[in-house]
Amino acid sequence: MKHLLLGLAAALMMTTAQAEPTATGDLGLVIERANGSVLLVDQSDRAALARIEGLGDLSHASLVYSPDERFAYVFGRDGGLTKVDIVTRQIVNRVVQAGNAIGGAISDDGRLVAVSNYEPGGVRVFDADTLEMVADIPTGSKTIGLVDAPGRRFVFTMWDTGETWIADFASGDPEITKIPDMGKNPYDALITANGRTYITGLFGEDGLTALDLWADTPEPIRVLPNYGRGQEEMPVYKMPHLEGWALTGSEFVLPAVGHPQVLWIDAGTLTETGRTQTHGQPVFAMARPDGRQVWVNFAHPLNDTIQVIDSVSKQIIHEFKPGPAVLHMEFTPRGHEVWISVRDANKVMVYDTHTFEKLREIEADSPSGIFFTARAHRTGL
Amino acid sequence: MASAAQRNGGLPGWTARAVLTTAVLVATSALAADAIDPGALKRLVHQDCGSCHGLSLKGGLGPDLRSETLKHYDPDVLTGVILDGIPDTAMPPWRPLITEEEAEWIARYLLEPEAQ
Repeated sequence: MKHLLLGLAAALMMTTAQAEPTATGDLGLVIERANGSVLLVDQSDRAALARIEGLGDLSHASLVYSPDERFAYVFGRDGGLTKVDIVTRQIVNRVVQAGNAIGGAISDDGRLVAVSNYEPGGVRVFDADTLEMVADIPTGSKTIGLVDAPGRRFVFTMWDTGETWIADFASGDPEITKIPDMGKNPYDALITANGRTYITGLFGEDGLTALDLWADTPEPIRVLPNYGRGQEEMPVYKMPHLEGWALTGSEFVLPAVGHPQVLWIDAGTLTETGRTQTHGQPVFAMARPDGRQVWVNFAHPLNDTIQVIDSVSKQIIHEFKPGPAVLHMEFTPRGHEVWISVRDANKVMVYDTHTFEKLREIEADSPSGIFFTARAHRTGL
Repeated sequence: MASAAQRNGGLPGWTARAVLTTAVLVATSALAADAIDPGALKRLVHQDCGSCHGLSLKGGLGPDLRSETLKHYDPDVLTGVILDGIPDTAMPPWRPLITEEEAEWIARYLLEPEAQ
């Protein structure tokens, strides 16, 4: 009934919305993973505005925004690539581009949308206007860690072969640079906001591997190659995510794999500056946009908890249990609030990041990823 | 458990034990009730196994687990893989979180989703 009302309210609002322009700068979309829908939300009003349905299998889905913050490109697990217009609140185009996909990126000029696929392994690149395929880059491997890099480039990494490829679209047809020996079983990657450093996390061995994309010939740089040595590894029930990387002052903070800790790394030298023991194995370690706090959620079965770490002292300053299956967190662009999806409570919860007070609960169907439109202007998001 | 905690490098033993104990307690209360809870196990399969194998189990980082793909496996083999994982792969042992009976139930569910 509530959904019906929500839909009705959305329809009514659309009618009035047509009279005046819709500003999208404080809007966002929440993935509703079970039913293949996305929920349009308003950050300022802390409210859901509309539900957009028909996006296929959205387990492990993510999305990117067009530079004008009007269109979202949603990457579904089933290989679906759906273009959603958040002004008219409709799907405007949808292609099923592969059998099994894992994520995507949009080029710095907003013209190309790339999707990384498990099956068939590789990356496919589409025209952002028409969703027509403009390049097919088979890699012979499950392909992960796809990001955009400055200069109309995409960077991505192969789980099976441990290579990273840079696809440069500056002159039309892609020019591919292959970098072997990144390490055993890279599971995800990130790019820093300035587009310089690409870091992939390794599942098959300790540590991470970085590339300096400003180098003429980027070479693998080992980061913390021994971080878990001599310690008993715990079973990994969920791979961490590196997309929510955090730069706090001059350090990165990243989730460890197989250990209940987050790792602090000097951004200049890529050497370890500390570790913080956490409640469980971290999934996301995300810095508030000012870098002062890092919010961490955890893998099953400890996924009802969040810990907040102070980035100066590296100490845990707050711990709370939003509810069953905390899957994702998204900060408002200035960081005053954080939105948290609590899948099994069917709610998105909004917290004040200074007082930790809960400000609002928003009904959502098995919510997972939360994406505010401000991502449109960030490299790697 | 205790020996794992003691080997845990710079981590104070009590912290590691607390973490592990918490993990076990949470798991116990969630899943290892006296009787099998098919609803909870189905949720575990689709949501948590689904992290790697896909919500609809058609595969992801981990392989396809649909019944037509698995049908030539003996249920005992599947139960063993669930409980003890596969070394040198991303498949973890679930023994710390579920009972043998629950693993057997999951193996049968994967082979015959309709029957459970």
